[in-house]
Parts: sequence; structure tokens; C-alpha cells
Amino acid sequence: MRYIIDHPERMLELTQEHVRLVAISIVVAMVIGIPLGILITRLRWLEDSLIGITGVLYTVPSLALFAILMPYTGLGRTTVIVALVLYSLLAIVRNTVAGIDDVPAATLDAARGMGMTGSQRLLLVELPLALPVVLAGVRVATVAAVGIATVGALLGAGGLGRLIFDGISRGNTDRIVAGALGASVLALAADWTLARLGDVLRRDVRLNAR
Amino acid sequence: MIVLEHVSKTFTSHGQSVPAVDDVSLEVGEGELHVLIGPSGSGKTTTMRMINRLETLTSGRILIDGRDIQTMNVVELRRGIGYVIQQGGLFPHFTVADNVAVVPRLLGWTRQKRRQRAEELLALVGLPPEQFANRYPRELSGGQQQRVGVARALAVDPPIVLMDEPFGAVDPITRKQLQRELRRIQAEVRKTIVFVTHDIAEAFLLGDRIVLMAQGRIVQDGTPSDLLRNPADPFVTAFIGEDRGLRALQFTSLGEVARPAPPGALANGMVLPGTLSILEAGRELGVHGDAIGDGIWVSDDAGNPTGYLTYQQFAAVLGETLAADAESPHDELVHAIHH
Repeated sequence: MRYIIDHPERMLELTQEHVRLVAISIVVAMVIGIPLGILITRLRWLEDSLIGITGVLYTVPSLALFAILMPYTGLGRTTVIVALVLYSLLAIVRNTVAGIDDVPAATLDAARGMGMTGSQRLLLVELPLALPVVLAGVRVATVAAVGIATVGALLGAGGLGRLIFDGISRGNTDRIVAGALGASVLALAADWTLARLGDVLRRDVRLNAR
Repeated sequence: MIVLEHVSKTFTSHGQSVPAVDDVSLEVGEGELHVLIGPSGSGKTTTMRMINRLETLTSGRILIDGRDIQTMNVVELRRGIGYVIQQGGLFPHFTVADNVAVVPRLLGWTRQKRRQRAEELLALVGLPPEQFANRYPRELSGGQQQRVGVARALAVDPPIVLMDEPFGAVDPITRKQLQRELRRIQAEVRKTIVFVTHDIAEAFLLGDRIVLMAQGRIVQDGTPSDLLRNPADPFVTAFIGEDRGLRALQFTSLGEVARPAPPGALANGMVLPGTLSILEAGRELGVHGDAIGDGIWVSDDAGNPTGYLTYQQFAAVLGETLAADAESPHDELVHAIHH
């Protein structure tokens, strides 16, 4: 705890780096994953292979994945971001599919019967109704990404992981605690923020049944 | 005006073709409410869904005001036809007002105009807008959701409305209320309505005509009293049910059985509106205890006498109508269907 109190600027700086890493990764994962999920609901035969691939990616240990990616993306942030994107895809793609599948048939029937085009159905009905489930996937992916990103410090991607690895090499427990605590608090904060975002976007449901 | 000409629909399942609708021809006149009724699998819902092309027809033609719907843009066709389904099919993430204004939104109406229209319609279906407009469907009872469903179907004032068992999922008391409301609304807006149900009482209450279907075909297409008095075959009788006599009492109006007043009739009889059912008239007489004068003067909406029945004639009508049940030769069939 001493380290956090003595170095507030350093903590802030590393937290910002960490947030940037995770935010970029999650946004990219959403940009890829949500359309992939939609595609699966339209072309069902893609489901097994795509979900399978994202599932396999998820099981690769982070250090191994960094090592696999390094020849292509080098040392540094890019490798970490690519890895985080790959890890996040499983939760986001799978939840997008589940969320859209959950839209009641009667609701879709009403939408068609009232003369919505395919894209109107998607944008006005399917995606908004799937949102709570999609967002749940994003939350899971984000919390996991905050944790995995700490390992990224090994590749020089920065973030709170630096404190942890510094602490380990110097035998400084205080730094390890500062990095670990920072990452945990960050994960909780991100989760909470996304839940509130869901409440705002879907005022009819309290996503977080408290 | 909706015309179905020799419409058939065949589904393919496991390589076999199964006829769902088999050579159905039907005419729904302007401003009329036609009820499609029949047991499940009779093709009533499929027939209705072909009108807004939620199902494609295999052969035949459907014309709306003389235009073949197959030649029309499907999205425009649907936007011009109101559609109500069971449990409303409301969008849970839209407020009540936004639900009502979905089609106006698709048509690009301004926000203000949409809001105004939604409020008008909510008032029409008996939901005060100041109280309901900003609520979400899940905050409403089943009956209230159905009302919103009806309001939504009327949003752009379409000449045609399709209703697919709209009151099937609400409790009996609420259903009665909604049926009465629909009659009131229909008297006001005069839409051409195709209404699917499996509730025979609902069919008699709402239908200008009742189209009874079984196994993809029309068994009988007629007015409620046609079906009661001249059932086309035993199936009709069976479907209408055991208490046919009692139903006939409910669905035969005084006006239909009144005779012209004989010249010698006394003017001091009881005056009852011709729209009253025989059952209601009987109840009226019962309420008043001692009958006034010699008979009943049947009056039109304005209160002018249009016909006359002596009490004796009325009693005969009551008896005849009730007896229609007793001589029904199809008790076994009725029994089989009810169990």
C-alpha cells in the first residue's frame, strides 16, 4: 500500500496505459466479434467452426500466444493487443449469437408483419434485445483482458503489470501488491461501468439484478 | 376488399409435401370482420398469414382491392396492413408510445407527429396516454398489452387489419372486455378485419361472417346465424358445440324474429330494441315480472317500432331455438370432440 500512496502519479500513468490497452483490444474485438456473431445467426453452418476456433484460441496460455505472435507482430503493444482481441472473441461472438437467438419468435414475427426490412429488424429489434447478453459477454471479456494485459508488461506493453514484474525482479512485495491491487480494482471498475452503460442503453431492463 | 382465389399452401417436411391450406376461396368485404375459426391444424392461421405474405402461397391468387399482392412490394404491403398477434408481440425495449408508433417511424413521420398519433390511439383503446405512453410493456397487464397491440395495428390507419388469436392469452373476464372494446372500436373505425380464433363464442360475438375451417379447407362460410341454423355438415354442428340452442338464443336478435305488427295490436306492449338477443329479451321480461300489454314492440336504433311479437309468439321462438339443441343428431360426434 505504501507504494500506491507514495507514487500516485506513477499509479495513474500505469493505470492509463493499462486502460488504453484493454479498451483498444475490446473495441477491436467488438468490431470483429459482433458482426461475426450476426453472421453466424444468418449462416448457421458457420457456427461450429467459428465458435470452435474462438474456443481453441481461448485455451492457449497467454505466454504461449505472445510467443506465437511475436515473429509476426514483434515486441510491444501490438502483440498484446492482438492477443487480447483473440481472447475476447470467444465471449463476444458466443454471446452475440446467444443474444440474437433469444429474441422471441413472436417479436420477430410482429416486426416482419409490420413491414420492417431485414436491416431494420436487426437494428431496431434484434440487436437492442440481444444487447444485455452481448454486453454480458463484453464484461466477461473485459475483466479477463485486464488480467491478461498485466502479463503484457513482459513484452514492454506497459500497464500495471510493470509494477508486478519490477516487484518480482527486485523482491519488492509492495510493488507487486500495488500492481495486483490496481489491476483488480480496474477490473471491478470496468465491469461496473459497463453494467451502468447497459442500464442506460436498455432502460426497460436492469441488467444487473441487484 | 380482400379476395382469395383458390389459394393453396403446401409445406414440405422430410421430403413429403403436406397441404396446409387446400383450395380456399374467400371474400372479405370492405369494413367487415371475418372470423377464421377451426381446430389447430385447420389452416386458419396460415390462410391469414398469406394475406400479408408472412407465408407464401403455393397456388392461387390473393387480391387486395383488385391488386394481386404477389405483384406488390412486400414491405409496403405489410406496412399498409395492421397486424395484431397473441400477447401483443410488443417490443419490450420500446415504450408504449414508441410501440404504437413503430410503423409511423418506419414511414419516416416526425417525432412530434408520431407522438401525437400514439396518444390518440392509446385514448381510443382506453389507455389514458398521460398514464401509459412512457411505460414499458412489461409494466402492463396482459389485457393492457393487447390493447397496445390493437392501437399499434391502427397506427397508420390501414384499411385492413389481421388479428391472430389476439385475445387468446388473457383471462376470460379480460377477454370479454377486450372483445367488447374491439366491437366498439370497429364500429368507430370500420376496418376490413380478418380475425383468427379457436374460441367459438368469440367468433359469434365478433364476426360479421364466420369461416369455419378444417384440414386446410373451408367447411362453411356464413353469417353467425347461418352457421347456427343451417350447419353445412355434422362437423359444423359439432364444432359449434353442445349448447347450440343456448348459443342461438344469444346470437339471434329480436329484430331477426320479429313479425310485422298486426293492425289490431295494442300499442301498450313492452318496447325493446331489435339489437337485443332473444336471451337478453327473455331476461328483460323476467326482470319486469308482470308483462305489460300483450306483446313486445321491437324498435330500431332511433326507437321507432319496426316489428311485433306477442308474448305467446316470443315464447314459441324461445322454445324452438332451445329445442334446436335437443334434436341434434350428432351428440356422439360432439362428445368425441370435447374429450
